[in-house]
Amino acid sequence: MDTQSQVVDKLRSAFRSGVTIPEQFRRTQLTKLMSMIKDNEEQFLNALHKDLSKPKFEAIVSEIDIVINELHYAIANLKSWMQPEYVSKSLATKLDDCFVQREPLGVVLIIAPWNYPLHLLILPMVGAIAAGNCVIIKPSEISAATDGLIAELVPKYLSQDCYAVVRGGAEETKALLQNRFDHIFYTGSQTVARSILQAASVHLTPVTLELGGKSPCIIYGRIDVTAAAYRLIWAKFFNAGQSCVAPDYVLCSPATRDALLPVLRNTLEDFYGKEPQKCPDLSRIVSHRHWTRLMELLRRSSGKIIVGGESDEEDKYIAPTVVVDVAEDDALMQEEIFGPILPILTVDSLEKGIDFINRREKPLALYVFSDESSVVDTVLQNTSSGGFCSNDGIVYMTLPGLPFGGVGASGWGSYHGHWGFETFSHRRACMLRGWALERLNGLRYPPYTDKKLSWLRWTTSAKSGCSLM
Amino acid sequence: MERQAVQRAKEAFMGGRTRPLEFRLQQLRALQTMITEKETEISTAVKQDLNRSQYDTPLLELIGIENEIQLAIEKLAEWAAPRPVEKNLLTISDEVYIQPEPLGVVLIIGAWNYPWALTLLPLVGAIAAGNAAVVKPSELSEYSSLLLRALLPRYLDKDLYPVATGGVSETQELLKQRFDHIFYTGSSTVGKLVMEAAAHHLTPVTLELGGKSPCYIDKNCDIRIACRRITWGKFVNCGQTCIAPDYILCEPCIQGRVVECIRQTLLEFYGADPKCSPDYGRIINQHHFNRVLGLMEGYTPVVGGQNDASQCYIAPTVLKDVPPHSRLMQEEIFGPLLPIVTVSDMDDAIRFINEREKPLALYIFCTDKKATKRMIEETTSGGVTVNDVLMHYTLSSLPFGGVGHSGMGYYHGKHSFDQLSHQRACLVRSLGMERVNLARYPPQDRRRARRVRMALKTPLIDMSKRTLVWAIAATIIGLGLLITLLVILLIAAGLNCTCWYWRGFYNYF
Repeated sequence: MDTQSQVVDKLRSAFRSGVTIPEQFRRTQLTKLMSMIKDNEEQFLNALHKDLSKPKFEAIVSEIDIVINELHYAIANLKSWMQPEYVSKSLATKLDDCFVQREPLGVVLIIAPWNYPLHLLILPMVGAIAAGNCVIIKPSEISAATDGLIAELVPKYLSQDCYAVVRGGAEETKALLQNRFDHIFYTGSQTVARSILQAASVHLTPVTLELGGKSPCIIYGRIDVTAAAYRLIWAKFFNAGQSCVAPDYVLCSPATRDALLPVLRNTLEDFYGKEPQKCPDLSRIVSHRHWTRLMELLRRSSGKIIVGGESDEEDKYIAPTVVVDVAEDDALMQEEIFGPILPILTVDSLEKGIDFINRREKPLALYVFSDESSVVDTVLQNTSSGGFCSNDGIVYMTLPGLPFGGVGASGWGSYHGHWGFETFSHRRACMLRGWALERLNGLRYPPYTDKKLSWLRWTTSAKSGCSLM
Repeated sequence: MERQAVQRAKEAFMGGRTRPLEFRLQQLRALQTMITEKETEISTAVKQDLNRSQYDTPLLELIGIENEIQLAIEKLAEWAAPRPVEKNLLTISDEVYIQPEPLGVVLIIGAWNYPWALTLLPLVGAIAAGNAAVVKPSELSEYSSLLLRALLPRYLDKDLYPVATGGVSETQELLKQRFDHIFYTGSSTVGKLVMEAAAHHLTPVTLELGGKSPCYIDKNCDIRIACRRITWGKFVNCGQTCIAPDYILCEPCIQGRVVECIRQTLLEFYGADPKCSPDYGRIINQHHFNRVLGLMEGYTPVVGGQNDASQCYIAPTVLKDVPPHSRLMQEEIFGPLLPIVTVSDMDDAIRFINEREKPLALYIFCTDKKATKRMIEETTSGGVTVNDVLMHYTLSSLPFGGVGHSGMGYYHGKHSFDQLSHQRACLVRSLGMERVNLARYPPQDRRRARRVRMALKTPLIDMSKRTLVWAIAATIIGLGLLITLLVILLIAAGLNCTCWYWRGFYNYF
């Protein structure tokens, strides 16, 4: 069994040999990755069910399909992504070949979390492979069944010289980070992100950090309460609230809250029935530790539970729960909930709601529910967040054209589609000049004169290019 | 004091002043005015810092800054506008776009070798992107730093763009504060410290670092022209340029000719005694003077080598047959010493380059296009200029940045704007058409699941060959049918005409 450093070295030699550079190689690996998912779909679904009691529908939509879509997209576009990008030129460079060439970085490390153990591991990997890198993936040990399955299948499908799976917990990850990588892609919490960034700074390794935070959901103005409730409940309780882009808490006026509550109650019953614990469409909490964390939050909260609140420790079950009368300094507002608990806070006006959001860290996602486009616009223009979605939740991340990432405390960098390819590439500026026109070059050589200078000003300005040619 | 300045900048930013494009344009124009009005003062300051000639400063710094400002002013509306992206079936009637947004307060740490360009170019990007910025010029270029501190508040918004001065300890204090982005230009060693400090607040960074930029001269190229261009790029600013050709790689058979050509060119550029040339610069300070001189200890140069500590003057110097393990080859020279290392051929040169850290720039002088292409493909670097030096820096449409130890992130032109913005993914939906959504809600069944899978599928149009063939066939058949229809109609109309004509004719007779 190779040690971690040996694995890194092996991948580095493979990278140096240039085997990952040709388009054919990358396409083949991506196709094999797709086969790995498709051939073993049942096994993945079972593993996900074992780890999170993930309902089959959720697993298909949020883990299998989304990865297959990304693979299709990458394979279809790989050739065009790899092409040199020709750029506009100045007069001085009119006769030169000026382009940007995307190049692989080398050996990259992808560390994934447990909530979408397949999606958040393989999706970045698609971008990394497409960009021509060798990749080490580190699945989360907390989603143990998926971790084991990935470790078993990846070496069977992908080139073992170029792609490796490293397993383990916090200690092993810390040791792994002592090695030098050419990029580190981390999805997870802010605390761990800090230590990853520290480790990366030793080698000047660039990073992408997909973190979290409390994603607010403002419900304001004229609104179709039923539709809003459906979408809000779906987005919140998908994967039992364990999504980095789940609406964490709701901000609305007291009147809206009163209108919303009965509809929320009905919607929950429509979705999960009168006994949610028996419903096959509801996930469970991933571990006892997280279950305890969530129950503590509920216990310490001074809010009032108006729906749900039931729990079962052995089953790691917490009922979809709605809490009202939550104050700004409540326990539920101190950290990202990451569970099936929805606090509703009231504000008197939209401005106060926006202030509330701006007083806190920039979230990964920001949601607004309103039939009034002026409300949506106001929130959009006066806040900042990784992503923004009005009148729905989560779905914006299914679009490969949109960069998925955070800002500020919610993260650094982005991926999905072409953005993933760019993240794992170096954009090399290339200028190929000729040997002629050496006399023109003479303008820049010493001894300097005023005349030379004014000619140079003209030839190097961006404008001079358009007018003449 | 710096803490207060940062706080004020933060508050000014939160007030929303920088959001309207008109404000940003006005600040950019003011910066342009500053450069135009104060060109003489700026050149004088740089002369005092680096003994740079009055032509070199506009040439190397001010023209570049002016071009960047002009470009930003011209393109700002386009850069700041929402950028629509591809949709899937689910979002077909929604607005899907990327909205560039300001980050907040950006810290810009400049370097001493191009004290104006390396602080103001990032500042242009920061202003255009709608940020506030704390500008920290290098204390080593003392006169420029003090002049910047005096000038900037006179032209730009005082609260939004404060200038912080000071040395190492002041910079460390500054780095303890929280910024929304840190843009650092300087050495790799300090780059690591900046990144480490940024880690505490999870602040993203752009690092423009350095390294040893190799310059390969192929034996079959025009050596005279190559050497002229290399000599210019190497000795401008007395070798103190992050993308200067650090060392030459060539085959032993042309080494002599290379040395001769460089010697000739130096004579042409700076005369017999470069010390007397107004166009030749000086080393920034005693510490670097000693450092650079120390690098060539034990080696005898073939050109130059003279020095004068009182002026921090080191003559343009060339050394040949330099061994790869010498001190000259261990660190970035950043001075007017040009070592030549011999290699057996291009493959050997490629191997030599790849054994070392990824450089900020790579230079290749070669007339064989295929060989050049191969060398580019088999190496990596921040940027490449072939058959010249430095020039890829001058084109703002090219992203300028390093890779590996030479840096992370890019800037110049639109790349500065993008680097200092947050690209916010936006999906604007309506609450209507809820029936379409019903398939995704629990309780779930197979039919619903299939509908959802279809709605989320991308690409929207399956571009596989089979579909393309079907599309083409359908179009041809459709066109064929259309043409047939038209012909039938025409004949029918024609027959009518003919009948009427003949009828008339018959009637006539």
